[in-house]
Amino acid sequence: MSTLLTDRALLWLGALLYLAGFLTGLVELLRRQPRAGLRTILNTLLIGGWGFQMAGLYVRGMAVGGCPLGNTFEIVQFVAWSAMLVYFFVGTTLHVTLLGLFTAGYAATLALVSLLVPQWDLTRGLKLFGNNPWIELHAALAVFSYGVFGLLAMTSLMHLLQSWSLKHKRLNGLFWFLPSVVQLDQINYRTLVLGVALLSISLGVGASWWVRDTASVDVPKLAVTIGVWGAYLLVGLLRWRARLVAVRFAWVCLVLFLIALLSLGPVNSSRHHQIPLLHQR
Amino acid sequence: MESSTPVLFLLGASHRTASLVVREKLSLDATRAAALAAKLRAMPGVKEFTLLNTCNRVELYGVAHTPDTLAALHAALCETTGCTPEELNGAGFTRHNHEAIAHLFSVASGLDSQIVGETEILGQVKQAYDAALAAHWTGPVLNRVFQKTFQAAKHIRTHTGIGAGQISIATVAVDLAGRIFGELTTTQVLVVGSGDIGLKTAQAFQSRGATSITVASRTLSNAEAAAAQTGGWAASLAELPELLAAADIVASSTSAPDFVLTKELVAAAMKRRAARPLFLVDLALPRDVDPAAAELANVFVYNLDDLAKIAEANLAQREAEVARCRAILAERTAALWPQVAQSLNRPG
Repeated sequence: MSTLLTDRALLWLGALLYLAGFLTGLVELLRRQPRAGLRTILNTLLIGGWGFQMAGLYVRGMAVGGCPLGNTFEIVQFVAWSAMLVYFFVGTTLHVTLLGLFTAGYAATLALVSLLVPQWDLTRGLKLFGNNPWIELHAALAVFSYGVFGLLAMTSLMHLLQSWSLKHKRLNGLFWFLPSVVQLDQINYRTLVLGVALLSISLGVGASWWVRDTASVDVPKLAVTIGVWGAYLLVGLLRWRARLVAVRFAWVCLVLFLIALLSLGPVNSSRHHQIPLLHQR
Repeated sequence: MESSTPVLFLLGASHRTASLVVREKLSLDATRAAALAAKLRAMPGVKEFTLLNTCNRVELYGVAHTPDTLAALHAALCETTGCTPEELNGAGFTRHNHEAIAHLFSVASGLDSQIVGETEILGQVKQAYDAALAAHWTGPVLNRVFQKTFQAAKHIRTHTGIGAGQISIATVAVDLAGRIFGELTTTQVLVVGSGDIGLKTAQAFQSRGATSITVASRTLSNAEAAAAQTGGWAASLAELPELLAAADIVASSTSAPDFVLTKELVAAAMKRRAARPLFLVDLALPRDVDPAAAELANVFVYNLDDLAKIAEANLAQREAEVARCRAILAERTAALWPQVAQSLNRPG
């Protein structure tokens, strides 16, 4: 019990630091004259939040003896953690203004909602991966790719906002600080490629084990997983062929992520049919 | 100036107080400036001075040690410029001590400029100070005042919105292009029409890194002449469909009575240009770009009215910042003045 309290306390700290980062950035931007060290302050809060979240997930992982992906709470926390990790790479290499703010808001929302819905963390699967590190890798990569797609949804939202502001000539406020349309479009494409690549590797690893025991995965989970992967792959191909570009591409990425996020619930519950549940409180 | 206590003074005239005619008379070319400086150096009461001379202002900052020095300075300025004492009294102004510091802070920060928040004035103040420093016209008082002025101006620029947003049509267009394309170094700029405003806009894009500029005009010789000014390529208007498909930014300023860039023409170009957005800047009156083209995905259309509205909004925003800037500068003046007063009263 004390271990569980500790991991949740760490995850609360992480979520609150994300929220603090988001609110700090938002208040500064609404003042129209953000202070010179805003990026440093924001990144410090986000790194702190990410560190606490990782510590919380680590403690949970040690307690359950594996990757903490056993229930909706853990998966949502892991998705938020992954998105932040990808942001650290994308944000620092491409200097994308406002991406930190959007990612902070997104990660804070996911982390706080998962903490505020107790039902998501009442039960979890036991021996979920059958002590098979490959299945564990498959699951971790799949959920990590959801983190990447989450970040893609954020950059798509930024693209939509920037396009809207330029089309409607509303150029003040937060719009002033958004990155350029072309930069956001390029980031969207690269992030999509990264997400599809990670999900493809994950499914490849999973498939190599699934063919040995096809009954180990039920049909709804299989259908949803392949559906999400296929949809992202198709969007990537259409973007590559310049058939789906600009605002439409951004809309599709945003909506597709919402669908993918909603599909996590059915996938998780479907998996739990065959796995013993452990009551944690 | 009843006592003989040394005083920091400012004697000047600017666009706020003097008509263009008087400013023209007061304007100091190199010869006149040298003559005035020689007179000031010869005045026993003047210990330090700096001359700020721009198209909008002539301002003389200095330290005077005798009560009648200001009258002598007035006379010297009139004698050098040919301005009558009445004209100078009517159009000029004087400030003493902390008021002179406050004025200099305000000028260097761009608050007193015709275009509020412009940055050129800071460079001009720096030049004026550097010239005075090199000629040994300044001393401990002015050196301190000017150094603090540069710090104050930098603080204002960094911590307030006085310089935010572009306020000319061409630079607003360049700013918008930056928000669409980011870096402009790889963008293709197409200027339709060989008019002056289109070329100036093209040059503004060049100043932000755009290297590929094509000028298309109904008459090829006009296009060639205009292209020579920008170092770009010339083309005929007949090639517009191909040029449009290749361009990222189009600045159009023809005198055509109808739309030169119709929605159909733009739509056809968009089909041939993959995922790149297209920025159409309509600088013509009557308009060259069909407003319906803005309905196309990834096409951004701005006309003269749109650009002017943005420039006005930016200017209004700058002006709204003036009161805040003045408050900051007043604090800095109040902090500096006791040190300057001490320096003024120091013997020697």
